[in-house]
Amino acid sequence: MIAIVDYGAGNISSVKKALEHLGANAQVTSDPAVIAAAQKVVMPGVGHFSRCQLLNDHLRAPVLDAITSRKPFLGICVGMQWLFAGSTEAPETPGAALFSGECSRFPASVKSPHVGWNQIEVRPGSRLLKGVNSGAFVYYTHSYRAPVIAETTACTNYGGPFSAAVERDNVFGVQFHPEKSAEAGLKILENFCAF
Amino acid sequence: MPSDPFHPTKTSLGLGIPLLAKRIIACLDVDAGRVVKGVRFQQLRDAGDPAELAVAHARAGADEIVLLDITATNEGRKTLAETVRRAARDLFVPFTVGGGIRTLQDAAQVFDAGADKVSINSAAVANPALIGEIAGRFGSQAVIVAIDSRRGTGSVETAEVFVSGGQAATGRKALEWAREAEERGAGEILLTSMDRDGTGLGFDCELTSAVASSVSMPVIASGGAGNAQHFVEVFSAGHADAALAASIFHFATHGIGELKQMLLRAGIPMRWPC
Repeated sequence: MIAIVDYGAGNISSVKKALEHLGANAQVTSDPAVIAAAQKVVMPGVGHFSRCQLLNDHLRAPVLDAITSRKPFLGICVGMQWLFAGSTEAPETPGAALFSGECSRFPASVKSPHVGWNQIEVRPGSRLLKGVNSGAFVYYTHSYRAPVIAETTACTNYGGPFSAAVERDNVFGVQFHPEKSAEAGLKILENFCAF
Repeated sequence: MPSDPFHPTKTSLGLGIPLLAKRIIACLDVDAGRVVKGVRFQQLRDAGDPAELAVAHARAGADEIVLLDITATNEGRKTLAETVRRAARDLFVPFTVGGGIRTLQDAAQVFDAGADKVSINSAAVANPALIGEIAGRFGSQAVIVAIDSRRGTGSVETAEVFVSGGQAATGRKALEWAREAEERGAGEILLTSMDRDGTGLGFDCELTSAVASSVSMPVIASGGAGNAQHFVEVFSAGHADAALAASIFHFATHGIGELKQMLLRAGIPMRWPC
């Protein structure tokens, strides 16, 4: 069973729908016991980074326990940003600091939010992005982005390069929405389901 | 890693099209569970099942699907959630639902049925706080404010906002309303030119450009698409981030794939192949 962590940050039914389309048993939950019982954990998230405070207040320990116990973990959009130290969008709300660096707003030289389909450059060897080639289009909708770091496995250039995907051991994150990225997105979720 | 081409100091993907793609959005106008398309909001024609058409458009290359419920009767409107649920089931591109969403609760039901964004129009004009309420709960990215506007032969500054399916003038100016919508938390503007809607004469590029330059969020142009050149114009001269059309796709005047290839050849960044 894949637990989809619901901490009150927007609509996550489409993530469940996409996982079920791929044959996975997915359950939307805010129950620590369900997260503990899951084989894998997906943490979506849209909107303002301050919403992560709801996660920090109620579910931070069970989610970090799942990660520590080496369950495959996928953070999507703000769910990926939470894996970093934090975001200038809500400096008082800490992230998990599993990846180094802080998320920050796009520069004024580009329109923000960054909404729509953009291309990714994929680092060879990524497990999450196996079968997805550089140049593939994925769907984004966000105003803040994570820096490119050693664990970045894909980047997109919009007002400079940012992390489109990160991975280390059992922890994965994507800034774009795989559940809304047509075939490329479904391939990524399929890879995750197969871990 | 000196041999690693993947380096933070690289500033270009070097892929030929290192730009955010312009979006082609297929719109399904739905009346009592069937897709129809009006010409100037009249003369409805039946064009099929919304769920089938949504998936067919996505497979053909539509970057996004919008379902607008234009059902007039309360009886017919009850089918909306079920229609949305069926359409969303096999749809893995962004999916917007609009028409008749008046409250946060209405929006929540549509999201629960599988929509990614809602489009609000008359209700936002009547109660502008609704924009912030939905954005506060579901995020700005989930809120499109639709503006139906008419200016006749007047300047873009005179373009007026209409509600109730284009039947009621509001006295509000489109440019001012777009700015207010952004301040209140809207994530995108869907701008329909009532002067052009259904005519096939092309988008109102002047109005689209004026709205696009007065807000920082994306603007979706709608109304008047008749051929591929009209899309080229609205993306270049009109500075639209996305363009929406309905009948041009349902009745296969242009396949979406064919349209996208023509736009690529004209230098417009497109997601292709899909």
